[in-house]
Amino acid sequence: MRISNKKMIEMYSTMVKIRRFEESIEELTASGTITGFVHLCIGQEAIAAGICGVLKDTDYITSHHRGHGHLIAKGGKTDLMMAELFAKQSGYCKGKGGSMHIADMDLGILGANGIVGGGPPLACGAALASQYKNTDDVTVCFFGDGAANEGTIHESMNLASIWSLPVIFVVENNGYGEFMSQKDHMRIENIADRASGYNMPAEIVDGNDLIAVFTAASKAVRQVRGGKGPVMIECKTFRIAGHFVGDPESYRDKQTVKKWQKAEKDPISRFEKILLEKKIATKSNIKKIKQEVHAEIEQSVEFAKSCPEPSTEDLLEDVYVD
Amino acid sequence: MATMNMSQAIKSALVFEMERDPDVFCLGEDIVPDPGGVFGVTEGLQDQFGKNRVRDTPISESALIGASVGAALSGLRPVAELMFVDFIGVGMDQLFNQAAKMRYMFGGRANVPMVIRTCCGAGMAAGPQHSQSLEAWFMHIPGIKVVYPSTPHDAKGLLLSAIRDDNPVVYLEHKELYYKDGEVPEGEYTVPLGKADVKLQGTDITIVATGLMVNRSLAAAEKLSAEGISVEVVDPRTLLPLDKDTILDSVKKTHKLVIVTEDVKFAGSSAEISAMVAEEAIEYLDAPIIRLAAPFCPVPFSPVLEAAFMPGEEQIIASVKKALQG
Repeated sequence: MRISNKKMIEMYSTMVKIRRFEESIEELTASGTITGFVHLCIGQEAIAAGICGVLKDTDYITSHHRGHGHLIAKGGKTDLMMAELFAKQSGYCKGKGGSMHIADMDLGILGANGIVGGGPPLACGAALASQYKNTDDVTVCFFGDGAANEGTIHESMNLASIWSLPVIFVVENNGYGEFMSQKDHMRIENIADRASGYNMPAEIVDGNDLIAVFTAASKAVRQVRGGKGPVMIECKTFRIAGHFVGDPESYRDKQTVKKWQKAEKDPISRFEKILLEKKIATKSNIKKIKQEVHAEIEQSVEFAKSCPEPSTEDLLEDVYVD
Repeated sequence: MATMNMSQAIKSALVFEMERDPDVFCLGEDIVPDPGGVFGVTEGLQDQFGKNRVRDTPISESALIGASVGAALSGLRPVAELMFVDFIGVGMDQLFNQAAKMRYMFGGRANVPMVIRTCCGAGMAAGPQHSQSLEAWFMHIPGIKVVYPSTPHDAKGLLLSAIRDDNPVVYLEHKELYYKDGEVPEGEYTVPLGKADVKLQGTDITIVATGLMVNRSLAAAEKLSAEGISVEVVDPRTLLPLDKDTILDSVKKTHKLVIVTEDVKFAGSSAEISAMVAEEAIEYLDAPIIRLAAPFCPVPFSPVLEAAFMPGEEQIIASVKKALQG
């Protein structure tokens, strides 16, 4: 399909931003500058960028514990995200949520989520709201191969199919559910096979090929906005980082990880090559994008460092709407 | 004013609010086909409001509660029916980890204006997994509200308030009370959440009771008054937030307290009320607080055992007399 150069550059920039943000978090956690559980999506940037690349602000997404990429790709502000990871008052959640609970209702981001499988029912609800109000907004439900085994995904895919809810179920199959590899946690290779159990169309794509992801997303969005009911896209990818920052990764060998970090497999390197080959960008453009992104992330770290801590007087604020 | 039972009162609140506010809709298992929910509360609602606004769901509690949360986040006001409170286990995450916490953990960026209506309580030989009183579980969750009416009047007024409240509300309906008649004003009125009601004024002793136990306490009070004992019966109506002031005012007046609830005594709803009174008004008490609640076992099926499980009038009378002995 025809994708404008502007769009291509935009999505490339998003991928670079996600990567730089995640590497930054890795460094900050390792140095003890920030605290708490963090789950990085390094290596999976093309999925966030490609899927969110077709969405509008009024479309919804539900995300999960490995959600920084989705948040950034949907338009989330990196300074507020960083401040939240620094547990500061000016963070997205006033320092009360942390990495797994960043949400932005104005951008249709119904939150990252600390419960594996927590998002799919919420996605059905947002899609229900679009259907109820007769808008053409869609909801993307991001979940992983680990979550695919939670009961909630079964209930949600079934509910979405019987009510023809405008949901795009995007399963990021990165090979691991926490510490367990896919071959051990399910008997099937393609999670997309499960969609037929709900009479739901499904497509399988190389999740590290941005254009393939974007193309599949475009087709899915057209179908779902048209009221034809939910669809599933399985994106095959690989989780470069451990389950969480600090994971000793005793369950997998380093060679496998190194293989997926090579340029021919890495989503950003692959797309960079296409941009250069098709002359959509020059080496100098690419360098400039990286510099700008790095500067933005550095600024967000400085912002986060400078923000005040939350006040203990605010401990009971926002438990209820008054 | 009209005479109706609690089931009809609940339905009239649903009808009123759905007519008034187009964002209110209902979903639940079997709420559409005759009789309209297991106890007929939602009978005819889909005929009146259509398929978009009254939705039958499959047997999928996580999805139905979670979809309610997602819809509430996205601007609607769902009223979900959980067929029996005992089924909350299947969808509990969506209530306590998602709905309850979202406003707080999203830094005030989200509201979850939803109601979960559900039936509770024993007395119908429905067995251990269909007869429980789980209000203590819900009271322990910051971020939600818990409502438990004991009369048709309160049922309608509280449901209107619950639907209009921008927080997630668990609204408990005792199965036996569905058939209880009472006077209900026509048209619009609300009963505020977080406000207890003194169902019977008295001077010798306070009974704080919830749900069906309010009725049993009132019946016991009538018998006791024939013996010259003046009982004050306080119905919290909302368990979370709890109206401490009304309870404490009563205890400060009568100096004696019996708490009657149907949930299991150990770590039950009565434990919170008891601890609160002891913390804040112990100098006003002339006798130890007495808690009358269910024994620490699952609800038995046998009607003989079930009747023994539930606090009864005779036990309430005995507890009152014991407290009066000081």
